[in-house]
Amino acid sequence: MNFPAELKYTSDHEWIRIEGNEAYIGITEFAQGELGDIVYIDINTVGQEVSKEAVFGTVEAVKTVSDLFMPVDGTVLEVNSKLDSEPELVNSDPYGEGWMVKISIKNPADADNLLDADAYKGVIGH
Amino acid sequence: MKNTALTPIHVKAGAKMVPFAGYNMPVQYTGVNVEHDTVRKGVGVFDVSHMGEFILKGENALDLIQRVTSNDAAKLYDGKVQYSCLPNEDGGIVDDLLVYRIDEKTYMLVVNASNIEKDWNWISKFNTKGVEMKDISDRTSLLAVQGPKAADALQSLTDIDLASMEYYTFTKGKFAGVDNVVVSATGYTGAGGFELYFDNEHAEHIWNEVFRAGEPFGIKPIGLAARDTLRLEMGFCLYGNDIDDTTSPLEAGLGWVTKFNKEFTNSEALQQQKQAGVTRKLVGFEMIDRGIPRHDYAIVDAEGNEIGKVTSGTQSPSLQKAIGLGYIKSEFAKEGTEIYISIRDNKVKAKVVKPPFYK
Repeated sequence: MNFPAELKYTSDHEWIRIEGNEAYIGITEFAQGELGDIVYIDINTVGQEVSKEAVFGTVEAVKTVSDLFMPVDGTVLEVNSKLDSEPELVNSDPYGEGWMVKISIKNPADADNLLDADAYKGVIGH
Repeated sequence: MKNTALTPIHVKAGAKMVPFAGYNMPVQYTGVNVEHDTVRKGVGVFDVSHMGEFILKGENALDLIQRVTSNDAAKLYDGKVQYSCLPNEDGGIVDDLLVYRIDEKTYMLVVNASNIEKDWNWISKFNTKGVEMKDISDRTSLLAVQGPKAADALQSLTDIDLASMEYYTFTKGKFAGVDNVVVSATGYTGAGGFELYFDNEHAEHIWNEVFRAGEPFGIKPIGLAARDTLRLEMGFCLYGNDIDDTTSPLEAGLGWVTKFNKEFTNSEALQQQKQAGVTRKLVGFEMIDRGIPRHDYAIVDAEGNEIGKVTSGTQSPSLQKAIGLGYIKSEFAKEGTEIYISIRDNKVKAKVVKPPFYK
């Protein structure tokens, strides 16, 4: 399983790619595998400020549903509109085309408290 | 947790294993959508050995079955299978089951894994006339080979003419060199196919032979996740979701297996319920607006008043839309009625449709 070293992770299985004051968020390869075939990404928080660990959306797989949690305090700027018609991109390319939201980060220092790839691998027992 | 005789094979095949009804079961091998599709268009194999099997034998076996089940087992003949219910005394359902008539005095009941003990105790309670009852669940394996190519895929393994078997009939014969395999033209997918019952000792051999014979037909192992999406597309009830100890067979749309030409548990009250009409009904619905219904979500009317509860829901892999079953107040049960599913505090529009969803 692939956990890119340039990303940060949460124990709720989100990844975050920080680009200055903005960031992209998605779910990890491990998470998409556990969920199975993903059929719907339900995110209604565009324009809202969402705190760290609060729910910013929901991911629906055929068999199950799971909340999506913010890795850091921030404002949701954009949802990956491609996922509307191709939610399976989260399964096939979780770190690339399967990104879910773009946010602006409230306190860039928050990122220091996130897990790096090795620490995340420890969380999932890999 | 219990294993089936095939658990090591599933693990080796890389299946994702989950606890289900006390058994360690394969929920998925490659992906639910692909597996679902394999069964709809080709042929797939489910290990459903967790299911329970009871043998009832004796002069009074039919009497006992008539007493505890809602369907009319007197209609059965040798080699015929019947879907039925075990009603309880409080208006609900102990379990749903299949009744196999092996001969005039010998029957096999196939029950849900999670209810084996409950059903055994329930039926035993009414066994006052010395019917010999045997629980063969632990030594019996069950494979469901399902899909339009099932007969072709299996035919080389048996002299039984599979393609000519009628739905809901069975025959006992030689299969893959093993004697006394029950080959049953039944299933829980709506895709056609067979269910094979045999002793655990033959499980690995039969599994391997089925895959060898089915290889040219693209046969694949299928997990319980696809079993659930397949049955839901047909509107088949799942015990514990759509029917349980509190739901009446009439509310559940199982009037067709509730026959009042005989006496059975709670038949009088059920007959009154039939005459008076049920106040809630199990209906199928499909989502109009985007959202996926799940077990226990509220069903609400346009004003947001609760009018029912979702019992099963999924994104249908064959239809590419979200579908569900749920109990709803009878006045909203008419086909085409607009209803709303409460999904994470949003009212999402749906409409009542008549199952099967997949035709």
